[in-house]
Amino acid sequence: MKEAAAYKKQLPGLSYYRYKRITGSIGFTGAHIVAAGRVGDTMGIMGRIHSLESFGTVDGPGIRFVVFMQGCPLRCQFCHNPDTWDVNKGSQYSPEQLVQEIMKYKSYMDFSGGGVTFTGGEPLLQAEFILEASKLCKKIGISTAVDTSGFIWNDTVKEVLEYTDLVLLDIKNYDPVVYKTVTGVSLAPTLKMLKYLKEKNVNTWVRYVVVPGLTDNLDNVRELSKHLDDYPNVSKIELLGFHKMGEYKWKELGLEYKLADTKEPDKELMQEVKEILETNGKVVSVSL
Amino acid sequence: MRQEWYDFNGGSWTTDVNVRSFIQHNYTPYEGDGSFLSGPTKRTLELWDKVLELMKVETEKGIVDVETQKPSTITTFGPGYLDKDKEVIVGFQTDKPLKRGIMPNGGVRVVKNALEAYGYSLDKTTEEIYTQNRKTHNDGVFDAYTDAMKKARHTGIITGLPDAYGRGRIIGDYRRVALYGVDLLIEEKNHQKKLLEIQTLESPDIRLREEISEQIKALKQLKEMAASYGFDISQPAKNSFEATQWTYFAYLGAIKEQDGAAMSLGRVSTFLDIYYERDLKNGLIKEEEIQELMDQFVMKLRMVRFLRTPAYNDLFSGDPTWVTEVIGGMGLDGRTLVTKSSYRVLQTLYNLGPAPEPNLTVLWSVFLPEPFKKFCSKVSIDTSSIQYESDDIMREVWGDDYGIACCVSAMRLGKQMQFFGARANLAKALLYAINGGKDEKSGEQVGPMFAPITGEYLDYDEVMAKFDQTLDWLSELYINTLNVIHYMHDKYNYERLQMALHDINILRTEACGIAGLSVVADSLSAIKYAKVKVIRNEEGLAVDYEIEGDYPAFGNNDDRVDQIAVDLVALFMNKLRKVKTYRNSKQTLSVLTITSNVVYGKKTGSTPDGRKAGEPFAPGANPMHGRDKKGAAASMASVAKLPYKHAEDGISYTFSIVPKALGKNEEERINNLSGMLDGYFHSRGHHINVNVFDRETLMDAMEHPEKYPQLTIRVSGYAVNFVKLNREQQLDVINRTFHQR
Repeated sequence: MKEAAAYKKQLPGLSYYRYKRITGSIGFTGAHIVAAGRVGDTMGIMGRIHSLESFGTVDGPGIRFVVFMQGCPLRCQFCHNPDTWDVNKGSQYSPEQLVQEIMKYKSYMDFSGGGVTFTGGEPLLQAEFILEASKLCKKIGISTAVDTSGFIWNDTVKEVLEYTDLVLLDIKNYDPVVYKTVTGVSLAPTLKMLKYLKEKNVNTWVRYVVVPGLTDNLDNVRELSKHLDDYPNVSKIELLGFHKMGEYKWKELGLEYKLADTKEPDKELMQEVKEILETNGKVVSVSL
Repeated sequence: MRQEWYDFNGGSWTTDVNVRSFIQHNYTPYEGDGSFLSGPTKRTLELWDKVLELMKVETEKGIVDVETQKPSTITTFGPGYLDKDKEVIVGFQTDKPLKRGIMPNGGVRVVKNALEAYGYSLDKTTEEIYTQNRKTHNDGVFDAYTDAMKKARHTGIITGLPDAYGRGRIIGDYRRVALYGVDLLIEEKNHQKKLLEIQTLESPDIRLREEISEQIKALKQLKEMAASYGFDISQPAKNSFEATQWTYFAYLGAIKEQDGAAMSLGRVSTFLDIYYERDLKNGLIKEEEIQELMDQFVMKLRMVRFLRTPAYNDLFSGDPTWVTEVIGGMGLDGRTLVTKSSYRVLQTLYNLGPAPEPNLTVLWSVFLPEPFKKFCSKVSIDTSSIQYESDDIMREVWGDDYGIACCVSAMRLGKQMQFFGARANLAKALLYAINGGKDEKSGEQVGPMFAPITGEYLDYDEVMAKFDQTLDWLSELYINTLNVIHYMHDKYNYERLQMALHDINILRTEACGIAGLSVVADSLSAIKYAKVKVIRNEEGLAVDYEIEGDYPAFGNNDDRVDQIAVDLVALFMNKLRKVKTYRNSKQTLSVLTITSNVVYGKKTGSTPDGRKAGEPFAPGANPMHGRDKKGAAASMASVAKLPYKHAEDGISYTFSIVPKALGKNEEERINNLSGMLDGYFHSRGHHINVNVFDRETLMDAMEHPEKYPQLTIRVSGYAVNFVKLNREQQLDVINRTFHQR
């Protein structure tokens, strides 16, 4: 139970049992899936949502309605939304309520080639809710994207991917040891999801955050680049420069921000990383 | 057909004065991109450098030079040049570039004060003539104003009224001079006057006969003015140069004798394009030469100047002239009205750099050619110098040959004018409702005396009942005030030349306006959905409010409050419709503050939405700063709900976003801005100003204005040089919502 205690520390409010169920390490049994935020069997599926943004342009193509889901199993050192970690916070929405809100902005999405993006937090922590919301979105012709760490793996997640047009897969690092340091969890599930996405030929953008001194080991990036050579479903790699815009949130939550002294990456570093990832014709975009 | 019209397709325009018919039969829609465009010529750049030098002097001194003796008419001044050899398009308002004229017909005191503010003094004889011999518009208005009107004006429940200066917002159809030549227009006016020889001449007929005679005199003077520059404009323009120059002369005549608040240009680029295309086809002109004509025409429009008092500049910051030119749109037959010249006029923002004038206004339709949409988006991102208005909404109401006067006021060219009515302060009206008609700042009884609200907490139904009563009073007083103003303006300061470039029977609108819409909507929402406690002073006057709980705020696409705003617009408009107007003008309404949202806020006490006394309102129809929390599209959606049918004089929305929040690279930003405009206009938004800036740039410009002489920012239906705003206005711009995510 030492392990359980450790997880509990990471995930305030989430039991070890629920954690294992959600991450797929305990088998799911259909009807009584325990999705975070579910309020009993009679009330239907509810999602816990941190906030909504009606005009997002950096999480997928076009103008996106961005749903920031509440709750995350990772504890990334560079996280700029630590206020989305706690699975018990946020406002509750039914899939119908959420999609009604999304629908109001359909013309913006249609004209710009956009859609809805579920991010967070880790949206797939509430896979059942995302599944229902995605089904409704597809029904009314809205394109869907999920921005995920790939850490959550279960049958519901697989089903979600059937209703997902684009996966933004965050690979926080390619070295399992560094990955663990950066995120607090292991890398393997992410690579497993990547493989699955290839099998199902799901359009995928890989996202990589460049943090000086933490994720800028170029050999490591080369390994990742080589790995991605085998994934034709990855249509784009997005390099995101580390920034400290979320630092104040750590302070507000009374958490220690380990990267306070870390500098934001310069253009040269981003360019170097970009060039490595660009080998064999891969498309790489950079945003600082 | 006349020989100047060779190669043109005929149509009713050859027998009647009908520019739209000419355009429809002859223009060439363009669906390609901007790759054909030319840069500036050497002499254009040399000329522009000289202008920039002069403008630098102007920024330092306030004005470059001013006439102190001779009131300006069309022919008062002989020709003026900046550098005759390099000027392709010629003509200044006075004898020197940027030198301002005086037009005391509006009111001599304003002229005198403005001159003194800049260290000049009005010639004694001129002053004597305009105080003892010649009555002005301003004198006429104050002879007729009632006490109630003076009070309302003084406390600021109605402000910005054109009772001491030219009313503006009239667009002469300047294209007529190029297409027909002045002689034909005079002939037409004489014919109309003849038709007015009727059995019993009553005062409206007598007035009209006098007006037509004045119009004919003005047209004759226009020919004289052009002749002083060596051009005979009695006949139609024969080529690209003449079409451009003739059109400019017509506009120049108007701004030589009128200093109306907004002196807009209309819709000339697609008209001129027909001449450019004809000359291109005949090998008479090259692209570079056409662009030179356009650049130099626009350069002249950037140099339009009027003498204003510093107080006026507090209201309308940055010395605006509203030389509004509309671009693009769609024809009633489904063809786009975008031509190559729609691109050329926008290209001036690259060739000469960004600038607030002319006020370039793109008539957006979801049906516009995609390459043009993308080009406009790129120009917005690069220069923040253009505004957008919904052609899809306005075409339904006004057809496909309308222009925009000032910021958002549509009018069919040559067929319609407006009696400009500034705006009523609805937030103050709400406070009058709470305080039984007393002004919340002075305690003075301004509105009708009725029982004030005395409860500790505000009750929605009680407040609405009293607000409704207050608006009854306000709408009557407002329209009557405008009737006085426009009666006198017609009498003492008639726009001879501009009206000469109109048909004889025109639609007149009485264009009212409101300020503080989002303040009132949020206040009512707070009263309805939270609890609002009243703080009263010793005299029992409600002077502040405490809000307990949350309330839905305008700007979050929440119907609970958005509907309040929608209903308010309809409520006030319907009240205005009940009041009889001067010359049977049609009442309309705008939701537009220009930059006066700062001054209105200053004059208004604390409001039940939590806004403290003296704090600015949001501009136009904008949500209050920082209260729109669901992102840009939600904010736009709230504004798009406001009904155009009850606000036909326009609904202004100013949108600012940091470049990063539009996308990760230029291509994405262009795509997303274009998609955003499509989304907004598709959901029936009427107008949007687009600013793409980092807040840091503006802060830096505040500290180092010399580094940013051409930094242009859209404020509310127009644009200004950011560095020309006063500090308070600069801070207001910086404090507004910048969409960041």
